[in-house]
Amino acid sequence: MKPALKKRIPLPAGSEWTFESIERYHTEIARVAAGYGLDTYPVQIEVITAEQMMDAYASVGMPVNYHHWSFGKQFLSTEKGYRRGQMGLAYEIVINSNPCIAYLMEENTLPMQGLVIAHAAYGHNSFFKGNYLFRTWTNADAIIDYLIFARNYIAQCEERHGVEDVELLLDSCHALMNLGVDRYKRPPKLSMAKEKLRQEEREEYLQTQVNDLWRTLPTHDVRSDGRKERRFPEEPEENLLYFIEKNAPLLEPWQREVVRIVRKIAQYFFPQRQTQVMNEGWATYWHYTLLNTLYDEDLLADSFMLEFLQSHTNVVYQPPYNVRWYNGINPYALGFAMWTDIRRICEHPTDEDRQWFPDIAGSDWRETFDFAMRNFKDESFVAQYLSPKVMRDFRMFAIFDDEHEDKLKVSAIHDDAGFRHVREILSEHYNLGSREPNIQVWNVDLRGDRSLTLRHQRWQDRPLAENAEEVVKHIARLWGFTVRLESTNDAGEVELLHETRLEKRKAGN
Amino acid sequence: MVRIIDRRFDSKKKSAVNRQRFVRRFKQQIRRAVSDAIDGRSIRDLDNGESVSIPTKDLSEPHFQNGKGGIWEQVFPGNDQFSSGDQVRRPQGGAGGSGGGGKASNEGESEDDFVFQLSRDEFLDIFFDDLELPNLVRTQLARVTDFKSQRAGFTSSGVPANINIVRSMRGALGRRLALGSPYRARLRELQQELDEAIAEQGEDSERVHELREEIGKLRARIEAIPFIDSFDLRYNNRIRIPQPTTQAVMFCVMDVSGSMDEEKKATAKRFFMLLYLFLNRTYEHIEVVFIRHHTIAKETDEDEFFHSRESGGTVVSSALELMRDIIRERYAGGQWNIYGAQASDGDNWDNDSPICRRILDDEILPWCQYFAYIEITPGEPQNLWREYEKLHASSKNFAMQRIESPADIYPVFRELFKKSLA
Repeated sequence: MKPALKKRIPLPAGSEWTFESIERYHTEIARVAAGYGLDTYPVQIEVITAEQMMDAYASVGMPVNYHHWSFGKQFLSTEKGYRRGQMGLAYEIVINSNPCIAYLMEENTLPMQGLVIAHAAYGHNSFFKGNYLFRTWTNADAIIDYLIFARNYIAQCEERHGVEDVELLLDSCHALMNLGVDRYKRPPKLSMAKEKLRQEEREEYLQTQVNDLWRTLPTHDVRSDGRKERRFPEEPEENLLYFIEKNAPLLEPWQREVVRIVRKIAQYFFPQRQTQVMNEGWATYWHYTLLNTLYDEDLLADSFMLEFLQSHTNVVYQPPYNVRWYNGINPYALGFAMWTDIRRICEHPTDEDRQWFPDIAGSDWRETFDFAMRNFKDESFVAQYLSPKVMRDFRMFAIFDDEHEDKLKVSAIHDDAGFRHVREILSEHYNLGSREPNIQVWNVDLRGDRSLTLRHQRWQDRPLAENAEEVVKHIARLWGFTVRLESTNDAGEVELLHETRLEKRKAGN
Repeated sequence: MVRIIDRRFDSKKKSAVNRQRFVRRFKQQIRRAVSDAIDGRSIRDLDNGESVSIPTKDLSEPHFQNGKGGIWEQVFPGNDQFSSGDQVRRPQGGAGGSGGGGKASNEGESEDDFVFQLSRDEFLDIFFDDLELPNLVRTQLARVTDFKSQRAGFTSSGVPANINIVRSMRGALGRRLALGSPYRARLRELQQELDEAIAEQGEDSERVHELREEIGKLRARIEAIPFIDSFDLRYNNRIRIPQPTTQAVMFCVMDVSGSMDEEKKATAKRFFMLLYLFLNRTYEHIEVVFIRHHTIAKETDEDEFFHSRESGGTVVSSALELMRDIIRERYAGGQWNIYGAQASDGDNWDNDSPICRRILDDEILPWCQYFAYIEITPGEPQNLWREYEKLHASSKNFAMQRIESPADIYPVFRELFKKSLA
């Protein structure tokens, strides 16, 4: 240890925090983080009460959001759980914005505040700034502005068209939120001023565009000469909300804008759903490393470390499959183990590591970290970096479950023959495409009753959950005409699952 | 440099709007819960919120999800016994989660109702909604006033009992001094002249006689000034100043004969609750007396009042007599504000109705702040109604209403609320 460091004054101990102590902790953590080369957005720390934390929870972690009953429901259940002491609130909420906003709850002790600063303001923050999914899909500079725009716009709609109408529309949009994402196209960056300007232009032009689509309708007698009918959409469309926004014949301009808002916000959360293991593991790894570095510099009290380690250990605990509170693989545990293991492979590789990871074994760990953090999502991260050691430590095994068989089969375990298969299955588990049913817009009956047909591509013979019918009703509300949901199995047979008949006419049509 | 912002004092209750939206959205379910709660509550128990539970199914926000079934392959941690190729029996009830994929099975299990706490205000709001109370009435916290007399100086008119003797005598003395002073001044002059005349001219001179005569007249004049005059009288003055009274008694009178079914009783209960609530905002201390009757009346506790069943004929006057007796016994002397609330389905023994009217008119209404009668029936008005209608015309503090649903209750109290708002 350098003598210069020895002279540092230790950071405040004890459990009571003050603004000065938070600032001192932040200064030291920021210094160490910069030493490790973490590239972050500027940090903005906000101290809030438990109630405000619950508010933030309720509006999906955002500092502003439009009003909707479902957020009220979320708030009530969080509040109930908290009041009864069934659950503690999360230590942290961090917002992917520039500057990066990290919330500290006033009830937390000083060590917890230090942990949250390291975890959220440096761990998550650097991930948000570096990872390719966040870089392409979200725009940290504009998100807060956009949310403000969304809230004001929806409030305006409520004034003009009534709370009830807006609420029903939002219900329907929320039902399709998971299907409102472009997986392949890259969204353009937007700021509030631009968005507002464009929104006004859109309102005027969009409606004519839509009517264009239906203008061919009355002429279909003339053209029914056996020519091949134009399919619409020409290619199946996976982004249902986008399709509805652009093509639903009966929506008013303001309704299209609301659909768009929900779609945009869904898109904003899309990267978070795909990088849970990586992101939480990354943040956990860094709070652990940063705080330990500070401890090695004699800046932290032992009492601080004990409290910090106790909650760190809780966070990264992975219960085995056969206990009652087992609830899937803990992303914090897996992510932390994987990042720790990557560093180990870089610094102290074994023969096994050299065989499995020839390109990173013995490399500079910081460079490897940076590369992995920037260019992967959970699915590919697991496929690329899950090492035999981690699989052994977690004692992972894969179960094959076919509903037509009486028994489950253990298809692979943590042994030489099974490592690759286990890794493949786990990686597949984090593939959103296979986790969620694949439903696409198949056809619109342009010349007939304007009905919309959706197709569910059955994969691995998995059926849709029963509430699909409710969702179809929501889609019918947005589309305005009959909506059908069909399902095709692996053999290509098509079966009709649900149909909601609707013959809505615009007033005055 | 880091920015640390203290947001703790920022706008609180950010979620209040969302909460309102939630309550609005599930008003039907919540209203049902409130209605059940009212049936289960004491009529005095209106200061608490209520915990409301709504079936999770009604609240769900559907998404497309994978259902159970099909082929799944998943990784689990913590292998303690398996090798590749082992066959395992399917766990019952989906424990271990291999059946349906994490998400779907998680949501499938949470069948419990969604329970949350309705605040007191929200509870009352829904209660008022049922009763269709006007907004002004909902918000106004008016107080009924009574008068107390208090000393306020003295006046020159009044009844003999209030004469203030000290003040009156002081006034009389002053008046006597004032009226007699010119005579006394003259008397002093004459006396001096008399003394001089006796010294100069002797006792028997004419001048001396004249002077003595005049002195005698003056003395008589002074004597003639009245010792006390009506002008001198002063009375203690008392004025009445408005003062809030703090206690009230509320009589709940209900017919429990066979024809009053549970639904009618539930309506009656809301009627009593509303009156209680109103009184509660006006008085600090309220006693409630429950009188139930069929052919004979009985004072009961609340539980028995609403819940025990009786059958048989109906003699309403029995209850009114009991009420009168209780007033005389316990609530006489002007210490209590007496309110009466009577609920019935209108059935009464024919000859009894005129008696009821007489008792009410002569022996109850004069002591009552307000007496309200509701007849819960969809049918034709009965004889009791017709008798009471005569009372309604003559008495200001008597209100009556025929109702079919709780929404009809409020008009009964319209006069009462108006009075308190004035």
